[in-house]
Amino acid sequence: MSNLTTNNLTLAYESATIIRQLHLSIPSGQITALVGPNGCGKSTLLRGLARLLTPRSGSVLLDGKAIHSIPTRDLARQLGILPQSPVAPEGLTVRELVAQGRYPHQAWFQQWAAEDEQAVMKALAITGMADLTERPVDALSGGQRQRAWIAMTLAQETEIILLDEPTTFLDLSHQIEVLHLLEQLNREEGRTIVMVVHDLNHATRHASHIIALRDGAVVASGPPAEVVTPALLRQVFSVEADVVPDPRLGVPLCIPYGLSAPLHARDGAKEAESVPHAAALLQREI
Amino acid sequence: MIKRSSAPSLKPETPWLTARTPRLSFRVDKRVPPVLALALLATLAAMIINIGVGEYPIPPLDVLRTVLGLPTGNEDYSFIVNTLRLPRMLVAALVGMALGVSGAIMQGLTRNPLADPGIIGISAGASLVAVTLIVLVRDVPAGVLPVAAFAGAAVTALLIYVLAWKGGDSPIRLILVGVGLAAVAYALTTLMITFGDIYDVQRALIWLTGSVYGRSWEEFWPLLPWIVVFVPLACFMARHLNALNLGEEVARGLGSRVAAHRGLLLLTAVALAGATVAAAGTIGFVGLMAPHIARRLVGPDHTGLLPTAGVLGGFIVVAADLVGRTIFAPIELPCGLVTAAIGAPFFIALLWKQQRGNV
Repeated sequence: MSNLTTNNLTLAYESATIIRQLHLSIPSGQITALVGPNGCGKSTLLRGLARLLTPRSGSVLLDGKAIHSIPTRDLARQLGILPQSPVAPEGLTVRELVAQGRYPHQAWFQQWAAEDEQAVMKALAITGMADLTERPVDALSGGQRQRAWIAMTLAQETEIILLDEPTTFLDLSHQIEVLHLLEQLNREEGRTIVMVVHDLNHATRHASHIIALRDGAVVASGPPAEVVTPALLRQVFSVEADVVPDPRLGVPLCIPYGLSAPLHARDGAKEAESVPHAAALLQREI
Repeated sequence: MIKRSSAPSLKPETPWLTARTPRLSFRVDKRVPPVLALALLATLAAMIINIGVGEYPIPPLDVLRTVLGLPTGNEDYSFIVNTLRLPRMLVAALVGMALGVSGAIMQGLTRNPLADPGIIGISAGASLVAVTLIVLVRDVPAGVLPVAAFAGAAVTALLIYVLAWKGGDSPIRLILVGVGLAAVAYALTTLMITFGDIYDVQRALIWLTGSVYGRSWEEFWPLLPWIVVFVPLACFMARHLNALNLGEEVARGLGSRVAAHRGLLLLTAVALAGATVAAAGTIGFVGLMAPHIARRLVGPDHTGLLPTAGVLGGFIVVAADLVGRTIFAPIELPCGLVTAAIGAPFFIALLWKQQRGNV
């Protein structure tokens, strides 16, 4: 079981430091959800864990080895990342996209081994995309498209899969479809999954470990029942909420009813922080 | 050993041809071999017809016999074909091939369907340096011109990278910056021409129009090594281009060494574009059209797309030259004019589609 941890990790964009001296451990074989308000650094942290962002200081460790010292191709066979809403080139079919997941396993003289073909077929089957293989990705519905990208990440056959807001821009049924798929991957294939999610109730229902961040620091981490409390919601999201047991699963269910501090006060206090945050985010988006 | 890949549990029919031994395995879209073969045949046919037409017409079969060194019963043919017309055709085909591959790489790297060495100013930068050299230095050796053009192309590519690309991949921004840089380069070229010696200027002007007119073995041999090195290199890098084509973040997640691969591919595209400018001036829109047509025919996988775009590029330039030579004969239109006449509307149509897609 690969073990992903951070040691004194500091992540920064050119002008703004987002994550400061973070010590973190991702439990192997579980689904971990990173939650927190906008600009708290959860996506930045995920990018750091996936070596898309080089640490300003400290390190991300995979089985005790700094990932920045591991050749990127070797790392890509152990850890996969699906960035937020990726865009496929025009006309690329589902089959071609999923086959790209085999990239780190291939070489110039070994471009399409039998294992590659099997991994792609398996990924297509698990994600329910086997009937859509010849369709261009850009012609699919949002949910299908997301499943196609997840299939690509699956074909990579990594023990750890990181996903940045895998349910964004999806309607409710497709959100549930994607989350169930991730649960299935975790349960049946034992993959370690780390995802950034916006909806706290998605986190409590589908993750076994929650890491709550605010202003680049971890406020709480642990199983949903321990982490999600009215006090934490006040502290992390500045909301007042009832936390009741989910009628079906018994996990905490949050029902927000008000703000614990006026938003402008919260944002005012954070202004010095959030302006560079916004600038850094903008730099990424443009 | 060639067999069709099959997976009995799922779809037995895949769109790929697979060649596999325990140590080697390759795959390519099924459409690639027939399309490539047809495109090659069409290009060869266009070359033979093109060599046959002119003030001194030669039947296609005799052209073929002459090129292959077989007797034809006419002693003039050898001089006309092998000395005058064949090198021109070979230059046209190689230039087209280089432009097609260069355009396909640029479109793949920038994820921008509008990228083309002509449109984004890389050819203009190459022309500027080459013209400057022609005007300032008398009798530039033929082998130096491609190097100078490459330097000009490389500097322009670097400027575009810094000004338009680094912040992300906005297609329209890249085009606008490229068009702006091209305008600056052309203005400077005009300036060079204004102050140049009349003899040199005349030479530079003929060359600037984008034409294979009067090209001889003297232009062919310096061009050849650039094609022989960089076209296979591009095909060798196709796998990496496929990964980069998914966007920087996805490519890095897949384990692509993004900076190194992107740098090498960009160098390849720039070298090919620079070499064409040195050999034939700026022949526009071939690098735009050939990859688009190729993508329609064989799909977006660069393993098959790059060679297909190359052969189609060769066909376009040879055919454009044929049209230019015959449409108003005996007056000859430069092939760059013909490609622009077809390519400009093609570009506008793509721009239109792009804008509507973004709304």
